[in-house]
Amino acid sequence: MKYLDEYRDGRVAKKIVDEVKRSITRPWVLMEVCGGQTHSIVKYGLDKLLPEEVELVHGPGCPVCVTSLEMIDRAHAIARRSDVIFCSFGDMLRVPGSNGDLFKIKSEGGNIRVVYSPLDCLKIARANPEKQIVFFAIGFETTAPANAMSVWQAREQAIDNFSVLVSHVLVPPAVTGILNSPNNRVQAFLGPGHVCAIAGWAEYELIVDRYQVPIVITGFEPIDILQGVLLCVRQLEQGRAELENGYSRCVQREGNPSAQSMIERVFEVVDRAWRGLGMIPQSGFGLRAEFQKYNAERIFDVGHIHAVEPAVCMSGQILQGLKKPLDCPAFGRQCSPENPLGATMVSAEGACAAYYNYGRHLANVEALVEKS
Amino acid sequence: MKKDFVLSCPVPIIDRKNIVLGHGSGGKLSAQLVRDLFLPAFDNEYLRKLDDQAVFQAGSARLAFSTDSFVVTPLFFPGGNIGELAVNGTVNDLAMSGARPLFLSAAFIMEEGLAMEELSRIVESMSLAAQVAGVSIVTGDTKVVNKGSADKLFITTSGIGLVPEGVSLSASQVRPGDHIILSGSIADHGMAVMSVREGMEFEGAILSDTASLYPLVEAMLAAGQVHALRDPTRGGLATSLCEIASSASVGIEIDACAVLVREDVKGACEILGLDPLFVANEGKLVAFVAPEDSAAIVKAMRRTDHGAEARLIGKAVAEHRGMVLLNTEVGGTRVLDLPFTEQLPRIC
Repeated sequence: MKYLDEYRDGRVAKKIVDEVKRSITRPWVLMEVCGGQTHSIVKYGLDKLLPEEVELVHGPGCPVCVTSLEMIDRAHAIARRSDVIFCSFGDMLRVPGSNGDLFKIKSEGGNIRVVYSPLDCLKIARANPEKQIVFFAIGFETTAPANAMSVWQAREQAIDNFSVLVSHVLVPPAVTGILNSPNNRVQAFLGPGHVCAIAGWAEYELIVDRYQVPIVITGFEPIDILQGVLLCVRQLEQGRAELENGYSRCVQREGNPSAQSMIERVFEVVDRAWRGLGMIPQSGFGLRAEFQKYNAERIFDVGHIHAVEPAVCMSGQILQGLKKPLDCPAFGRQCSPENPLGATMVSAEGACAAYYNYGRHLANVEALVEKS
Repeated sequence: MKKDFVLSCPVPIIDRKNIVLGHGSGGKLSAQLVRDLFLPAFDNEYLRKLDDQAVFQAGSARLAFSTDSFVVTPLFFPGGNIGELAVNGTVNDLAMSGARPLFLSAAFIMEEGLAMEELSRIVESMSLAAQVAGVSIVTGDTKVVNKGSADKLFITTSGIGLVPEGVSLSASQVRPGDHIILSGSIADHGMAVMSVREGMEFEGAILSDTASLYPLVEAMLAAGQVHALRDPTRGGLATSLCEIASSASVGIEIDACAVLVREDVKGACEILGLDPLFVANEGKLVAFVAPEDSAAIVKAMRRTDHGAEARLIGKAVAEHRGMVLLNTEVGGTRVLDLPFTEQLPRIC
């Protein structure tokens, strides 16, 4: 497929990997910020192609993972109402709150719909005037413009039975959070390509300067990611800390001004709670005062719902490369791919699940798990 | 903020008081339901094999027996409808044992208000599909339920086929060294149905691949030694391979570059963030064959209507038993595992 196959070419991949091997003289810890990049790395087995000096640590850029338990409980309270059609991006359906997930609510009679664009909610709203249509507006800067547009269009079209439950988060405060952590091991970042396509990279230049850490804005295809790794390794080896754009076919310094202006019109920067991390000041978007009539939290009065996040497992530390799966007392006992306690065991591609699978089937466990 | 950056991530709910959609996905939840509820209750030597059909001796004949229910929404989709699926689905479940499909039953659960015109189009296409597949629909049943108690029309078909003498196909026949052959492109059916679901607006038509596979199976059996066959329907190619790896206790290695995905199907999967390896097919099969016969079998397949794009995609190995490894386009490897529930479009 044009514009895809050339970024999945095995010969090009080999050339870049060879170049990484030539450039590298010592171990480095790199973090890919986005969930989409993590997905590509495990989908194409890129971590196993790279020399062992390159340690890839999976970042916080999975919007589903970082949405707070509290906000999920609020979403579920709304979704249970008989007068509501609750619309969500698909992968949110499996995320558990304190009492089940959206699949469970659906099985108990809740009207839950998967949408591919928030604007579809407006069509649903027009077709179901007797119902309240609520969209769970989550995600980073990437989903914010379309989500903002749905609210803007609702006002333009005078659609009054539509509202949004907003739990938007922003990448730069999360990256700063990682760099401020006393145990931080990350030495360079593969920056979030699609977030920068919207927001531009000016904010990341400030981070590079303040923390003297290389950031390479990186795309999502295998060649993009290998290229991002190569540029990071070269900077680290040469003692440089710069912002580089490895995704120039999509990203420009100023980002996408019309998308930014749509965000600006509807949203403002607010404090936001992150799952597993708690409140980070100025780390998310909320609705501006003039759009509060579309705020589902107010309409359905769910602001009083609070939740305490249980310390279920050490997946957070495993994700940062601070701990190995075998360090976890629950590994292989209470926690397995069929009955996972944390993110890293949920998907077949997670570090714990990979350890679990290889450990059961292969004699030479250690050799494989060290690379997985 | 001198606090450790710790993330805890979503955990799926395992213990469920109600049936959820994932129980019908063909993934781990479906397997749990079968293993924990149906198997202990109905336990017998035929069911225990967990094949797509039961094969048993009846007098001097060996018969294959299978059943399948069809609940697709919408009833009509590009390239087919629920009626064709209902005939071909059961015919193919029989054919995967090497059996020549002979007779089908058909049961119709109809929702009050179903358009007679739609029903008659569906029945006509069932008749045509049965004719093409060489089976007779010899018994049936109809029920009508109140509006809202079903989604327009559900069809259940059961079938009986005759297993030729000397043919014994089963996952247990698979050996390390076996070559793995795929009969054509994957993910066509799943994406064809997805393309006409509410909220999706794809241009151009992705067509379902629904077809009877018996003629293809017959050609393969004549060309060489076939050990096991699966039609990768719900859960896709990856799910079928995982099932074989587990029940035959072999390792499986697949080459991603060898697996054919049509351009438009690939594009639709990219947009939705779905992996074509896990998307349903209704007219494809995957075969485990003796390595010395694989070239002859592929050649024979290519001469048939539904095997023209047959190809070798990998092999069974003695290492990493029970596990399926994919060699990726860029030279990496990854484990293919049974999905927990159905694939969800990803946001990131």
